[in-house]
Amino acid sequence: MPVNTGDTAWLLISAALVMLMTPGLALFYGGMVRRKNILSTIMMSFACLGLVGLLWVLYGYSLAFGTDHGGVIGGFNFLGLMNVGQEPSAVYATTVPQLAYMIYQAMFAIIAVALFTGAIVERVKFGAILVFSALWLTIVYIPITHWVWGSGGWLAKLGLLDFAGGTVIHINAGVSALALVILLGRRRGFPQDSMEPNNIPMVVLGAALLWFGWFGFNAGSALTADGLASSAFVVTNTAAAAAAFTWMMISWVHKRPTILGTVTGAIAGLATVTPAAGYITPLAAIPIGVAATIVCYYSMLFFKTKLGFDDSLDVFAVHGVGGILGTLSVGIFATLSVNSAGADGLLAGNAMQLFKQLIGVVSVGGFAFFATLGIGKLVDKTIGLRVGQVEETVGLDISQHGERAYGGFLR
Amino acid sequence: MKKVEAIIREERLEAVKKALEEKSYYGMTVSEVSGRGKQKGITLQWRVGEYRVDLLPKLKIELVVLDEDVLPVIDAIMMNARTGDTGDGKIFIMPVETVVRVRTGDRNEAAI
Repeated sequence: MPVNTGDTAWLLISAALVMLMTPGLALFYGGMVRRKNILSTIMMSFACLGLVGLLWVLYGYSLAFGTDHGGVIGGFNFLGLMNVGQEPSAVYATTVPQLAYMIYQAMFAIIAVALFTGAIVERVKFGAILVFSALWLTIVYIPITHWVWGSGGWLAKLGLLDFAGGTVIHINAGVSALALVILLGRRRGFPQDSMEPNNIPMVVLGAALLWFGWFGFNAGSALTADGLASSAFVVTNTAAAAAAFTWMMISWVHKRPTILGTVTGAIAGLATVTPAAGYITPLAAIPIGVAATIVCYYSMLFFKTKLGFDDSLDVFAVHGVGGILGTLSVGIFATLSVNSAGADGLLAGNAMQLFKQLIGVVSVGGFAFFATLGIGKLVDKTIGLRVGQVEETVGLDISQHGERAYGGFLR
Repeated sequence: MKKVEAIIREERLEAVKKALEEKSYYGMTVSEVSGRGKQKGITLQWRVGEYRVDLLPKLKIELVVLDEDVLPVIDAIMMNARTGDTGDGKIFIMPVETVVRVRTGDRNEAAI
């Protein structure tokens, strides 16, 4: 197919929007930790732009989107961007240069890795998480991407619908975060010491960049600049609005309407609606957004307060749980009237789709959990995942990076 | 010479400053401090649930005055820093051995 300039412009802009989400996530996470760990938290996200941005070009894209091998992994035919050029691919995003599709997918891989770091901030060794991230990208992220989005991937053939990464990014990173929390244990002082967020305006700035970038993430996933992209755009914003509003009201009922809660709700809504964005109507985004907040809110409460898991920035409760809820919601609300390449869900009389979504949730979640446990264990035995007591007490900014966020007397 | 060190609520600073100024006490050092007393802290909200902050932000005012000025200064601070609720703060008075004005080298009373 010839290159469509409108589609290409939109996909390149979307790639840039998704790129901005990773530094946005860095600020979102960075504002929530204690003052001594701001830079370390920001760095764990920002470093992904360097690390994953390289690996994706060298072999990541090839193993995820190269010639299929048994439905589980791609091939070596795109190694080092060999055969990936200015012409469109025959199977992926067939109206834009394959290079545009490749770099768009690179941004997804980058933020997927950055996402799980929020669970283990304030205690993980930087060198260890860097090695872990490279291994996780290769062994967990790339195969799952191939299963779901690769031509010939087994979940794609099964008919799993994941528009923009509910399974590939959110369940995957969220469940992996939970496995890492189990391996690493709690921060010293958790939960008896109050671990106050150092800068909530920075959290809000990060959330705003995430919401903004998410239009590239979800509407960009149409891969075309058309009605479907517009529909996904409206669905995305509506779910975020419903979820943010609901979280604000829940925190108000408990005491006062907090801004930290409101932005957390927005992110929960965005994560949850991601797999559904291009398969559902804008009005269906409202129940999904409301449910996202209610389910994520109470799972956060349950995991942190009742079970005592120190998933520090609630990656599992927001992205893991939201991703599961969203992926299942596709099986309920999907309709062919929005996307003829999709399917009907339960409400349109096709209960089978919900079952397919469930298989997606269980297989992606299960694989991510156990593979992460394995890789994490390996890195822990060789490098050690956790910093020493003194390094943790002093803070990772100084102990891992030799910098501090705010220095000097003269301001 | 005595040093008056007063811990007060942040929002009472302007009133205290003004009252001291009216009595011609201009010089002072103000710093942001955290502390606790009978007020015991406040409860804030996290994404879910609450947490307790038991060291609250206060301001510390320090000024050095002649012995005979101690009582009027205490008065000015008390009258203006007090709200009647717990957390109004405390005033400490301590002797000062020497005062030196850096610019001129003046000592003691001449340097206040």
